[in-house]
Amino acid sequence: MSTPVSARPATAALKTQDRTIDAAPALEVEGLVKDFHSGGLFSRAAVRALGGVDLAIRKGEIVALVGESGSGKSTLARCIARLEKPTAGRILLNGTDVLKRDRFQASREYRSQLQMVFQDPFGSLNPVHRIEHFLTRSLTLHGKAGTPAQLRTRLDELMTTVGLTPDMLNSYPHELSGGQRQRVAIARALAVEPEVILADEPTSMLDVSVRIGILNLMRQLRDEQGISMLYITHDLASARYLADRIAVMFAGELVEEGESLDLLANPAHPYTRLLVSAVPDPARTGSYDPHERAALRAAVMESASCAFDGDPEQRCSATEPVRHRVGDPANEHWVRCHLYRPPATAASHALSAEPLESAERPDTPPTDESRTENKASS
Amino acid sequence: MTVSQTSFGSREPVLEITDLTVKYRGDTRSTTAVDRVSFSIGTGEIFGLAGESGCGKSTIANAIMRLLRDPAEIAGGSIRFGGQDVLAMGPEQLRRFRWQDVAMVFQSAMNSLNPVMTIGDQIVDIFTTHAGYTRKESLRRAAGLLELVRIDPARLKSYPHQLSGGMRQRAVIAMAVALKPSLLILDEPTTALDVVVQQEIMAQIKELQRELGFSVLFITHDMSLMVELSHRMAVMYGGRIVETARAKDIHAAPLHPYTQALMGAFPPLTGPRMPLTGLADGVKFSNIADLEEASPGHFVSPLPALQGAQP
Ligand SMILES: Nc1ncnc2c1ncn2[C@@H]1O[C@H](COP(=O)(O)OP(=O)(O)OP(=O)(O)O)[C@@H](O)[C@H]1O
Ligand SMILES: Nc1ncnc2c1ncn2[C@@H]1O[C@H](COP(=O)(O)OP(=O)(O)OP(=O)(O)O)[C@@H](O)[C@H]1O
Ligand code: SF4
Ligand SMILES: [Mg+2]
Ligand SMILES: [Mg+2]
Repeated sequence: MSTPVSARPATAALKTQDRTIDAAPALEVEGLVKDFHSGGLFSRAAVRALGGVDLAIRKGEIVALVGESGSGKSTLARCIARLEKPTAGRILLNGTDVLKRDRFQASREYRSQLQMVFQDPFGSLNPVHRIEHFLTRSLTLHGKAGTPAQLRTRLDELMTTVGLTPDMLNSYPHELSGGQRQRVAIARALAVEPEVILADEPTSMLDVSVRIGILNLMRQLRDEQGISMLYITHDLASARYLADRIAVMFAGELVEEGESLDLLANPAHPYTRLLVSAVPDPARTGSYDPHERAALRAAVMESASCAFDGDPEQRCSATEPVRHRVGDPANEHWVRCHLYRPPATAASHALSAEPLESAERPDTPPTDESRTENKASS
Repeated sequence: MTVSQTSFGSREPVLEITDLTVKYRGDTRSTTAVDRVSFSIGTGEIFGLAGESGCGKSTIANAIMRLLRDPAEIAGGSIRFGGQDVLAMGPEQLRRFRWQDVAMVFQSAMNSLNPVMTIGDQIVDIFTTHAGYTRKESLRRAAGLLELVRIDPARLKSYPHQLSGGMRQRAVIAMAVALKPSLLILDEPTTALDVVVQQEIMAQIKELQRELGFSVLFITHDMSLMVELSHRMAVMYGGRIVETARAKDIHAAPLHPYTQALMGAFPPLTGPRMPLTGLADGVKFSNIADLEEASPGHFVSPLPALQGAQP
C-alpha cells in the first residue's frame, strides 16, 4: 500500500530546475516513505512518519534539515543510514541504488562511506566501554587503525579535533557531561573519514562558543575533504551559519527548501514563517508575552483556510501541493504550498493570505505546476 | 499562593547553596567538577545557570537532588531547601523531597524513560504512588498533562522508542510538573524541540510557575532563551561561577570575558554570513577568584591581568 515511486512528478520537476549543479549529488533520496506499525500485535494501524521525501545533497554540500519536533527528521536520517527499513523509495549514494545493492542491511562499504551521529548522546554510547573503545573500533572496522603507534596518534588527534583532552579516552560514557558525549559521538563518525555524515542535532548540548568550534570543524571537513553533510538541527542560526541549503520538514514531508540565507530571509511556507518568527530573541525580553505568541501561533496554525497541521477536515485543497519556485532561480528556493500556485489554478480557492510579490510567483511551466497527486491515505 | 513579578530575589530563598564543592575521584582522573559555588533561588524565581560544556551544571543539579553516586563526593558546602539541610536528609525524607518538593528533568530526559512501559503507565504510576489517586483519575490527569506539552493523549499508549526525541523530552517535562513541586530543575529540557514548541512549553511552564509560585532552576546553552525567561542567572566556567546578576543586566552588559564570549558568539539570523570563532584558542581562565559586586546585584569574578589573547 505504499506510494509507487513513479507517482511522484515533483521529483522530476525539481531536477530540471537544478541548473546550477555542477557536482553530481553524493546522496539522493527519492520518494522515501516510512510507515511505523502502531497499536497491538494484530492491529494493522500504521503511522506514516515520512510521506515521500525527495532530497539531494551534492558532493561537498552541507544541507540543514530543520522542522517540527516529531516531523520525521531522525526517521529520515535513520532510513538513510539503513537503521530503519524504508517502506518505499530509493536511496542513491554516488548514483548507486543502495537498497538494491545491499538488500537486507548496510554493507561495511556503505558504513564506511556514510556515518551517522545520533541525536541522543546518552543512549548512543554503550556504557560498559571506555571512550577509547568506540573510536578504536571505528578505526579498525574501517581499516584506518594502522600500527599501534599510528592508532595512538590518531586517537589523540581525534579527541583534540573535537575539543576534548586525550586523557578522556580512559573515561566511561557516564563520566562525561552531555556536551562531552556529543563530541565523542562526532569523533566516532569522523574516525571513519566517510563521504557523507548525517548529524542528528550534534551540537544541541554544547555551549555556543564550543558549538561554533564544532560548526567550523564541520565546514573545514567539507572544504578540505569534500564531505557532504546532512545537519539536523533546531538551531536556525547555526543552520544558516553552516549550511549551503536548508530544507524544512513538516509532518513527514519537506515543505520548503532553498539557499540558507534566502530561505530564512524570505520564508514562504506558513510553517517556515512561524518557525522563523519563534526564534528566541533576548532583545524581546521586556515585552515577551506568551498570550500574544499563542495568538500568533493560532492565527497561522489554526486558521480555517490553512490546514497545514494536517487536519483532513480542513484541507485547503483536495490535492497535494507541488513544488513552486520562490524568487531568484539561483537560490533554488521552492515551497510546497497552494498559496504559491500560479493565478490560473488558484482562482477557485479563496485564501485569506497576504498578497505575494510577483517575484515570488513560480516561473516553471504551468504543466508542471498543475500536476498534482492524491495524498496517500494512511 | 501568587507571587508577584517584583517579589523575586533572594528575600525568601527556597534553595540556598553555599560554597558547594563536588569532586569526582578516579584512578586516572580526579576532577573538581564544582568548586565553592554559592547561589540562592527565591520563591517564584526562575534562575538560569549557563556555562561551558563540562563546567559542572548537571553535577550541581544532581547534588541538589542528592543523586550523586560514587565516585562523586560532596567535599564541602551546604544545600538548604526551605530551611532544611538537604545533605542531612534521611531516606524517608528524601523520598518525599524528590518528587513532591523538587522535581527534575534530566539532561538525558530522552533516555530516562522506562523503555518497557508505556508513557501512560509511567505517568499514572507517579499519580498512584505519590498522590494516591485512583487509576482512572490518574489516567485522566495523565491525558491532561500530555495535552499541556502538546502531545496527543492517544500517545499514552506509546512506548518511549515510538516517540521522537522531542516528544520524549516533553513527556518527561509533563511528568516533572505532575505533582506541582515547589522547585523544578530543568537541565537542558528543550534540546530536541523546535523553537515553536519550545516557546510554547516554556511559556506554559512560566504560566504554571506564575500560577503556582514554584521556583525554577533552568540550565541551558541557549542564551537567548535563558535571558528571555530567567529573572536572574549565573554563568559558570571550570566549576566556578564567574558572573551572576539579573538576566537582563547580564545580557545588556556582560562583564566577564567568558560571559562576553557566550553572549557574543551567536551566529546572526540576518545580514551577511561572517566567520565566527568560539573562545579563541589558548584563552583559558584559571584560578577564578571569588565574586565581587560590580554594581548593585551584579557580581563578577575579577580577572587577574589577562593572559593570552582576548577572545
Ligand atoms: N519505532 C517507532 N515506532 C512508531 N512510531 C515511531 C517510531 N519511531 C518514530 N516514530 C514516529 O515517527 C514520527 C517521526 O519521528 P522522528 O523521531 O523522526 O521525529 P524528529 O523529526 O526527529 O523529531 P525530534 O525533533 O523531536 O527529534 C513521530 O511521530 C514518532 O512518534
Ligand atoms: N561520574 C563521573 N566521573 C568522573 N568525572 C565526571 C563524572 N561525571 C561528570 N564528570 C566530570 O565532571 C565535569 C562536570 O560534568 P557535568 O556533567 O556537571 O557538566 P555540565 O556542566 O552539565 O556539562 P554539559 O553542559 O556538557 O552537560 C565534567 O568535566 C565531567 O567530565
Ligand atoms: S498548501 Fe494549503 S494547507 Fe498547505 S500550507 Fe499551503 S495554504 Fe496551508
Ligand atoms: Mg529527532
Ligand atoms: Mg550537563
